[in-house]
Amino acid sequence: MKKNFKKYFAYSFFLVCFSCGTKQSEQSTAESIDSSKTSNGNSSTAITIKGSDTVLPLSQKMAESYMKSNPDASITVTGGGSGVGIAALEAATTDIAMSSRSLKAEEKLTLAEKNIEFEEKIIAFDALAIVVNNKNKVDRLTREQIEYIFTGKYTNWKEVGGDNVKIVVYSRESSSGTYEFFKEHVMEKKNYAPTVLNMPATGAIVQSVSQTIGAIGYIGLAYETKEVKPIAVSYDEGKTFVLPSLESAKDKSYPVSRPLFYYYSKSLAEKVKPFLDYILSVDGQKLVKEVGYVPL
Amino acid sequence: MLKFFPKRLFEKIIEGILFLSSTVTTLTVLLIVVFLFKEGLGIFNQRPIGKAEVIIVNRVNPVKHLNAEAIKNIYDQKITRWNELGGTKDSIILFSLDYISDYFNEDELGENFANLPNKIDSLVSNNPGIIAIINEKYWSAGFHGNKVEIDKITVWEFLSGREWFPTAQPAVQLGVFPLILGTLIVSILAIIIALPVGLATAIYMAEVAHPQIRNILKPVIELLAGIPSVVFGFFGLVVIVPFIREFFNLPVGETALAGSIVLGIMALPTIITISEDAIRNTPRDVKEASLALGANHWQTIVRVIIPYSISGITAGAILGIGRAIGETMAVLMVTGNAAVIPHSILQPVRTIPATIAAELGEAPQGGIHYQALFGLGIILFIITLIINFMVEYVSNKGKFK
Repeated sequence: MKKNFKKYFAYSFFLVCFSCGTKQSEQSTAESIDSSKTSNGNSSTAITIKGSDTVLPLSQKMAESYMKSNPDASITVTGGGSGVGIAALEAATTDIAMSSRSLKAEEKLTLAEKNIEFEEKIIAFDALAIVVNNKNKVDRLTREQIEYIFTGKYTNWKEVGGDNVKIVVYSRESSSGTYEFFKEHVMEKKNYAPTVLNMPATGAIVQSVSQTIGAIGYIGLAYETKEVKPIAVSYDEGKTFVLPSLESAKDKSYPVSRPLFYYYSKSLAEKVKPFLDYILSVDGQKLVKEVGYVPL
Repeated sequence: MLKFFPKRLFEKIIEGILFLSSTVTTLTVLLIVVFLFKEGLGIFNQRPIGKAEVIIVNRVNPVKHLNAEAIKNIYDQKITRWNELGGTKDSIILFSLDYISDYFNEDELGENFANLPNKIDSLVSNNPGIIAIINEKYWSAGFHGNKVEIDKITVWEFLSGREWFPTAQPAVQLGVFPLILGTLIVSILAIIIALPVGLATAIYMAEVAHPQIRNILKPVIELLAGIPSVVFGFFGLVVIVPFIREFFNLPVGETALAGSIVLGIMALPTIITISEDAIRNTPRDVKEASLALGANHWQTIVRVIIPYSISGITAGAILGIGRAIGETMAVLMVTGNAAVIPHSILQPVRTIPATIAAELGEAPQGGIHYQALFGLGIILFIITLIINFMVEYVSNKGKFK
């Protein structure tokens, strides 16, 4: 009997503790919501940024160092993809939408319908390197050749002047911004061949290309390593070939590069200006290089 | 002292909590299933293009009817003339809002795109070969063009389609047949690899091994179950994939076989633990009766112990398949994820869980792609449900023997 009594006591003790615990946590979340409200009330110092996962690491780094020098500023950065960020801009649930592509015609139309006048700022450039295995003889390709490789028209390296080796094409998953960028920019919106291998991360592409002789893939310039060989690309049907590098991306001679955008409503221009100024400053652009993108 | 203690009250409270938690669990499971079906079944009877979009062609164009595959081939420029689709000899001119800047500048479109509908109308009426995909609101009945009917997605098309391009513009291709096939091939092969090894280990541990060896083996196998699947995936990508490529002299090592080997290793702990339990549950008197009849240890294992524990072993194997079918991360990393119908186990495949994991993050909520992924979830759910019923059936059969 006594044992049982102890057990029940222990149970009830746990219960009390448990309920107290949840109550406390509720209170603390309520408090944090309150505090965020008040900081929003102070207007100019709280900024929300949402959108492209490509721009995300850059924005995070910027926000971090900006908040270090401006202790009363609070910047919240969330990812989700370019489309998500622009949708949030349309719904006015974010101050800045970050995007790895310019607005689509339809998105401009929606913004126009909602009477939102927007401002567009390029904050950095991102370049894609097209890479092959180190043992591959081929070191230059035209845009058309790359398109034919990725749409499955070419299947052997000898068709582009290489050895008699089957081409193995690596791409990112369709959820990646890079996937869309490559499709639009290099393949002129044609679809990838169904035989293309989809990898979940850029690191996996580097790994696979480095160990597969017939491989070709694309990676962000920042990821370039000695384990894979970058290809010189020509966008003028073979007249000039340019190797990807920070310099060639910066002077825009390397064609497979894209601007990274911030979009914000004109009505909020004053609120976001100090932060934007910081990004475009020398210090800010230094961070761009650190994160692995190409400064303006 | 004890007399006054409200013992019944505490009992009631505890009972209440137990009842509540079991009810909540059941309801949660039911809700998840209802949610899955509600989201997934929405895919059928939808058109494979955007919800409010229409496809417009010139009045003189006799084509009235297009399916998703034809639209994709048109926009991929694999079909370039209308006569391939039963129309005139005109070559096809592509148009969608993405191409608008090729035709008009912003001044022509007017403020807030006020002139857009008229511009589209003139474009369509002036080009006999045009195909335009636009939002319904920029089109009105008085304009000079024909709307083309788009075939809706049917259950049969979804299950038997051979192309999976859920983000293709303008018409998505939702054929899940290669994905179902990929999932089944990888899982079945995994179990073919894992079952003999797992069974051998289980027999060894339960019957042959010295207790001291067993005390070392058991925790090691349990450790195997505790390794995160992404670690298995990375191991597979760096070790197994290059090995397969070199051993079979293939152009690419990311294959169904690589996925099955990784999954086989991951299914081992389940198979070993459950089979070993089943084998150890063989009653002592049955074993001793066999030995007393003059059978040696090996004969006893083969003729008595395994037949006695076969239902437990089968249950272990089926649960192992269950784990293999649902596994995501490891497979995502080593199978190459190309949605093609594999002709051999040495080709890349794409599995259902890998597809859901890789794509759900960027699929717009409520869109066709999102619903298609839930549709895949339903297929996976049905497969695992069948497996669970099989476990139930097999283990019941054993009990009443």
